[in-house]
Amino acid sequence: MLTFVLKRLTFSIPVLLGILVVTFILARAIPGDPCIAVLGERASKEVCESFFRRNGLDQPLPVQFLVYLRNFSQGDLGDSMRFHRPVMELLVERLPTTVELGLFALLFAITVGVPLGVLSAYRHKSILDVGTMVGANIGVSMPVFWLGLMLAYLFAVLLKDTPLALPPSGRLTPGANPLPFYEYMGWVAQGEEPAGILIFLSRINTLNAVLTLNGELFVDAIRHLILPAVAVGTIPLAIIARMSRSSVLEVLNQDYVRTARAKGLRERSVVGKHALKNAMLPVITVIGLNFGLVISGAVLTETIFSLTGVGRTLVDSITSRDYTLVQGFTVVIAAGFVIINMVVDIAYGYLDPRIRFN
Amino acid sequence: MANAEPASLSPTDRYRSSNLWLEALRNLLRNPSAILGMVIVGLLVLTALAAPIIATHDPIKTMIGVPGETGRLPSKPPCIPLFGCEEPIHILGLDLNARDLYSRVIYGTRTSLSVGVITISLSIIAGTALGITAGFLGGRVDNVIMRLMDVVLAFPALLLAISIVTILGPGLTNALLGITITFIPQYARLSRASVLSIKEQEFVIAEQALGASPLRIVLGHILPNSITPIVVQGTLGVGTAILDAAALSFLGLGAQPPTPEWGQILSESRNYLFTSPHLVFFPGIAIMITVLGFNLLGDGMRDALDPRLNRN
Repeated sequence: MLTFVLKRLTFSIPVLLGILVVTFILARAIPGDPCIAVLGERASKEVCESFFRRNGLDQPLPVQFLVYLRNFSQGDLGDSMRFHRPVMELLVERLPTTVELGLFALLFAITVGVPLGVLSAYRHKSILDVGTMVGANIGVSMPVFWLGLMLAYLFAVLLKDTPLALPPSGRLTPGANPLPFYEYMGWVAQGEEPAGILIFLSRINTLNAVLTLNGELFVDAIRHLILPAVAVGTIPLAIIARMSRSSVLEVLNQDYVRTARAKGLRERSVVGKHALKNAMLPVITVIGLNFGLVISGAVLTETIFSLTGVGRTLVDSITSRDYTLVQGFTVVIAAGFVIINMVVDIAYGYLDPRIRFN
Repeated sequence: MANAEPASLSPTDRYRSSNLWLEALRNLLRNPSAILGMVIVGLLVLTALAAPIIATHDPIKTMIGVPGETGRLPSKPPCIPLFGCEEPIHILGLDLNARDLYSRVIYGTRTSLSVGVITISLSIIAGTALGITAGFLGGRVDNVIMRLMDVVLAFPALLLAISIVTILGPGLTNALLGITITFIPQYARLSRASVLSIKEQEFVIAEQALGASPLRIVLGHILPNSITPIVVQGTLGVGTAILDAAALSFLGLGAQPPTPEWGQILSESRNYLFTSPHLVFFPGIAIMITVLGFNLLGDGMRDALDPRLNRN
């Protein structure tokens, strides 16, 4: 197992390096003079020269790349041109929104998708099966942003005065200013600057609500999360349901399942213990592959539901040509994506020894 | 005799391959969801071709000051003649710039279909060329190409497309290029895998022994034998490409106004969701039906072209 993990780790390093090279080149390929982009049209030649020197842009490209690598490894992603603040700081502030949205979307996709897929495989060719597959086909064909808009219209306009009404924007009810858990627990005195990781965790509202034992805040955060999470989670849900169905169907036809039935095991233990365990392997891979969809979905839905996460910040930065921010956010998201895929692969190898020894 | 062998092989080859395609077509016509997919895609192609006939108005013409028009902006729900509305002028009503929404959606079919087909064709050409080169030459070339593909795959597709468009500048052509790049690795991997499995087969080795050039082997044997999975993947890809293009346009990075493009129409009218939801509803439905059509067709083709399933 250790060899497998090490092998997988070494496989990820060139890809990570490749990501850094690509983002570095992308940032250098941006048309126009970076000095004018940052300092404005009227920047004089002398001012620009000192700007270049200060930012290391007068160095040859390989040197620039090494500096970029060094800064990246130290968590320095440069300063945002629009916000005039370190990109890392913005990331710590805004990534929690996206992480929370992504996790809830995935949770929704798995808890609904897997049982639906398993049930429709078990009741193959029943109304439930046909209905699930038609639904899954429609689900993967829906544009995320359109679904988000339609959900907002349904739950915030049509169902406005019913108990089903849900807020169409924001993370919390306006005016809510939750106490961060590190202050609640007395780890950090008020006014003192806490560590980045604490800020990050405290901005995941549901987690912060649980840690500060604030039920009202928890309900409020969940109510705001439902619509965007359903919008982001629908395509992964459809894919997961399809995958679980075909995977369970395949397993149910295998000899060992027939043997289990023949020796008189109860149906529940045939399906639950024998069939499901093996059928879930491909499903785990599919769940891993869906992280990319969740990130893309978050980029699109955050704009619709006015959530200030990385997706919305990224899109806004593109229009305002804030290249350092785009570069920094892109590289961190891509690196995170590689790491998640690696973890999924390792989990897969752990669950299925055949992968490990192949 | 040795010279006659390939000549005597080819008619049988042709006979068998035409039979295989016929068999696949027969399978496709037996699959109800594939038929539905074909009907949807067929109707969309017809709509795109006959857009000037089907559309009632010019999709980019503002109806303000036009004789016979009220010039009313869409503050009220669409006037749908089928449901007994008195003014059968605009089937789906007017958009925010007083343009005929129905005609815009109809013309949008042209934009979306061509974006989907062009991006996928370009990425199939580039991807297969890269994949075949990698698989056929092997060694260092293979390594460099495939690691590059790994890096492209390491980015979430939409994010990479967004980054590329950021640099190239917003616009439909650049969006198209950005999406094309994100699709290339799929086809490179697929075609490389088929090359690797076909390269070592006896008929290829025999051809090599007869002195056939690498180009002839690639065009005559490797390409025809690896085309099936690429066609299936490509059909499914058209749907995804249309979704991605609509997403980029929705973010303001793809088609620019006044081009009738579904994602762009959605983007224009999304701030008016609460007052005129129909402006958002119809272009979204159009995207969904189109993507659904290509997905059903792709799934059906996969089932029809998979020889393992045929035996059942």
